[in-house]
Amino acid sequence: MRDLRAIARDGDRAAFHRLFDHFGPRVKAYLRRLGSDDETAEDLTQEVFVSIWRRAGQFDPAKASVATWVFTIARNKRIDALRRDRPTPGEPDDPELEIDPAPRGDAIAEFNQLSGLVMRAVETLPEEQKRLLKIFYFEGKPHSAIAEELGLPLGTVKSRLRLALGKLRALLGDELA
Amino acid sequence: MTADLTVDELLFDHAFAKLPEPVALVVSTHLSLSPAGRARYAACRALAGVLLDTAEPEPLAPDAWSRLERAIERADPIRVEQQGPPADPRVPPPLRRLVPNGFEALPWRNLGPLQEVQLPLSAQGYRTRLLRLAAGKRVPRHTHEGHELTVVIEGGFRDEQGHHLRGDLVIADASVDHRPVADEDGDCLCLTVIDAPLRLTGPIGRLLNPLLRI
Repeated sequence: MRDLRAIARDGDRAAFHRLFDHFGPRVKAYLRRLGSDDETAEDLTQEVFVSIWRRAGQFDPAKASVATWVFTIARNKRIDALRRDRPTPGEPDDPELEIDPAPRGDAIAEFNQLSGLVMRAVETLPEEQKRLLKIFYFEGKPHSAIAEELGLPLGTVKSRLRLALGKLRALLGDELA
Repeated sequence: MTADLTVDELLFDHAFAKLPEPVALVVSTHLSLSPAGRARYAACRALAGVLLDTAEPEPLAPDAWSRLERAIERADPIRVEQQGPPADPRVPPPLRRLVPNGFEALPWRNLGPLQEVQLPLSAQGYRTRLLRLAAGKRVPRHTHEGHELTVVIEGGFRDEQGHHLRGDLVIADASVDHRPVADEDGDCLCLTVIDAPLRLTGPIGRLLNPLLRI
């Protein structure tokens, strides 16, 4: 979080380098898992980090952790890239990148706490559910491909994913009421 | 009776950009109008951050950093400014590109107590519309093949799932045979997406079915 502030305020290259060292290879991993070839993933990763550099002043720690914010930019860049050949007039603005006009003072602590809770909640999931979450969401595979890959019936994949989300939500429930 | 799809699943899918464009539009509109929805969504985004942070890294090209340094030499910071003239505050931000001149300027089509306008999204297999149901009026009984996702933009309506107000996201599917009725205190404006044609199930509805495709 400090790094992003230094980037925004001072154009701090060293801070940006640290951020890139940690998240660059992970953003590339995300794009590769979703099916980009090596060159495209490399190019898109560059675009993601140019965006991060330019938007650092918009990072709002009340609304996202650094990891969540970096993910959101990668997610949106990928959508842009997919639609580049097929411009869609109705593409909604991304509300997540907009700054909350009235951030609450305690919201920053809340989001950090939430990220910690989610991380711990994911840790408590059974190995298989953890893996399913990762494959379905992070690697973007459809239910059918997962069923084939894991040799499970389609219905089982769906119900176990739903179970995993239900558990996550139950573990977080009180915090988000 | 509830649908086989939950709002929570939609929110997680949205965080990871897994939703088709019309559905993403409904979810974004819901999030823009509902503080409770945003609170639920925060956990979905946090999960995305956690999965990124804990991902197995993929090595970058050896010159990736020097390439990036050259690129940012030429990049100006993006500041947040109010772009263009102030938009119609009645139109939720995600809908502004599709509804640039306000709801009244749209080519509404009259269907009795109901008015509708199709929104031009190119996704195949989806119907994306704004619907306006006159105060106190009822939509003919119908059931759904596939899902119907509705977010209330103004006013409110009741159906067998409950009472829905501004910002609420309502999911109906084939298990829901409902007759939504608008609140008495004003017209109800909704954004709705269906991923299959509807079937009218009441006695009159069956007759109207080929004409009135709600």
